[in-house]
Amino acid sequence: MSQNMIDTEAAVQAAMKRQAEKSAVFLRQDRIFAGITFSFAALVLLVLFGILMSLMVQAWPAINEFGLGFFYSTTWSPSTGEFSAGIAIWGTLATSLIALLIGVPISFGIAMFLTESCPVWMRRPLGTAIELLAGVPSIIYGFWGLFIFAPMVQEYVQPWMISWLGAPFFAGPPLGLGVFTAGLVLALMIIPFIASVMRDVFETVPSVLKESAYGIGCTRWEVIRNIVLPYTRVGVIGGIMLGLGRALGETMAVTFVIGNANRFALNLFAPGNSIASTLANEFAEADASMHIPALFGLGLILFIITFVVLSASEWLIKQGERKAGGR
Amino acid sequence: MDARYQRRKFVNGLSTTLSGIAVVIGVAGLVWILGTLFIKGLPAMNWAFFTESTPAPGSEGGGMANAIVGSLLIVGLTTVVSTPIGILAGIYLAEFGDRSRVASVTRFVTDIMLSAPSIVIGLFVYALFVTTTKHFSGWTGSVALSLIAVPVVVRTTENMLKLVPGSLREAAFALGMPRWRVSLDVCLRAVQGGVITGILLAVARIAGETAPLLFTALNNQFFTWNMNEPMANLPVTIFNFAMSPYENWQNLAWGASALIAILVLLLNVLARVVFQSRSKS
Repeated sequence: MSQNMIDTEAAVQAAMKRQAEKSAVFLRQDRIFAGITFSFAALVLLVLFGILMSLMVQAWPAINEFGLGFFYSTTWSPSTGEFSAGIAIWGTLATSLIALLIGVPISFGIAMFLTESCPVWMRRPLGTAIELLAGVPSIIYGFWGLFIFAPMVQEYVQPWMISWLGAPFFAGPPLGLGVFTAGLVLALMIIPFIASVMRDVFETVPSVLKESAYGIGCTRWEVIRNIVLPYTRVGVIGGIMLGLGRALGETMAVTFVIGNANRFALNLFAPGNSIASTLANEFAEADASMHIPALFGLGLILFIITFVVLSASEWLIKQGERKAGGR
Repeated sequence: MDARYQRRKFVNGLSTTLSGIAVVIGVAGLVWILGTLFIKGLPAMNWAFFTESTPAPGSEGGGMANAIVGSLLIVGLTTVVSTPIGILAGIYLAEFGDRSRVASVTRFVTDIMLSAPSIVIGLFVYALFVTTTKHFSGWTGSVALSLIAVPVVVRTTENMLKLVPGSLREAAFALGMPRWRVSLDVCLRAVQGGVITGILLAVARIAGETAPLLFTALNNQFFTWNMNEPMANLPVTIFNFAMSPYENWQNLAWGASALIAILVLLLNVLARVVFQSRSKS
């Protein structure tokens, strides 16, 4: 009997020991696995840091050579070896602002239609169609813009704008290609991004709020204007900033239609250059000792601008979501 | 009725009409672009388009075989590399990091990388690899595309894993499974459909990406399987051919654009179908 008990005890002891060993193995495996997943997550962080560092290192010779003037002067001349970012920064900002001026109202209209007035059965297909617009690669926008859209703008839109609006922004011969057309194509490209963020934040408005407003006799527009917009303001601005971030860094579509001229002009119908289009056009053929560092300098400026804009957008959208979650 | 009521009614009608017009503009844009691609692109897609390499400047005939193969190799390699990296990083964010500072910073950075200008990523890879190896290659093109694809996979994986109910995890722990097997065999399997959706979206995103390939993979007039030399690929070939004065080149570029557009739209639709069917069952 006692012998039996000792046996059992020994067996239990052995089993516990095995179990403890197994647990230790599991724990070790877990730690290794957690380490692996952590290192991949950290890799993403490292890449961002690496991008910033490498751009700065490569751009340093140009910034050193041209000083602060590199950021605002408007000479860009590979033949004489003088470079500064003014023209490209102006092109980038002008195209993005045109895109926002046109894209934001349209995106707002789309989001408003999808959340308020659209019949339920149409919501999904329409929403999908708008999202597909976001999926079309930018090179196709550019190609279409160059061959189909720009000639139409040249023929029908620009002569009319020149005679009605005129100098200083809408002057000169209607060339079709230029800063203005690039802004229009960009507008079409950023509409799906802004519209889908707006639609998502509009949907966070509690229906009690909207129904109360409808209940006291508000029209649809009054509900949007006085209930939905104030409630979602932060998220809406975040969506617009996201669109701006996209527009600033867009390369291929702009490169096709902006005209690629390194001349500074206030006139929006004149061909110009944006940071991204200068990089796309000149980088592969650049070899002069200052040319490549100057292009890296442009890249650095672009990266910093978009980083700031996208961070702001990210933060605002998060704030909007938090408000919706904590009601 | 009184004037004020009339005005309110008018403003409401106007805003509804304008929002309807906005939708029409959006949808018309899509239809216009796709219509152009079909009209100009489909006639260019003949047998030679898929079997012959890009023609010399100004000559007739030829196709896109070298660019198609190059794109398939570069995008394929990118997918193979970025899927595991993205999924593992996503698992860290959802299962291990959760509320830690590293995780929230990583989340923030991935969201920014999702919209970061792709041409700057091309510059980075150029500075890192092309200047050190002294030549353009298909490999570096894949590296650049991976930097764009990984954030997409990370974010979808994380968002999907967050949908896994806590009870499922706890049930698995109660059976004595180690944590890594719970993550891989229980949680990840439960959201398989969502993760596949993320991968499909990532492929759709990089399939037409041009800017990062401009100074990494560059382009190649000839057919090659060797990823260690400059490699032809559809987007850069479209860029070069579309900007050229030769009509034959432009037609080929239309064909290639249509091919990419069809592929990307199919992937987008497929991603939605996969997500819906998997999340229903």
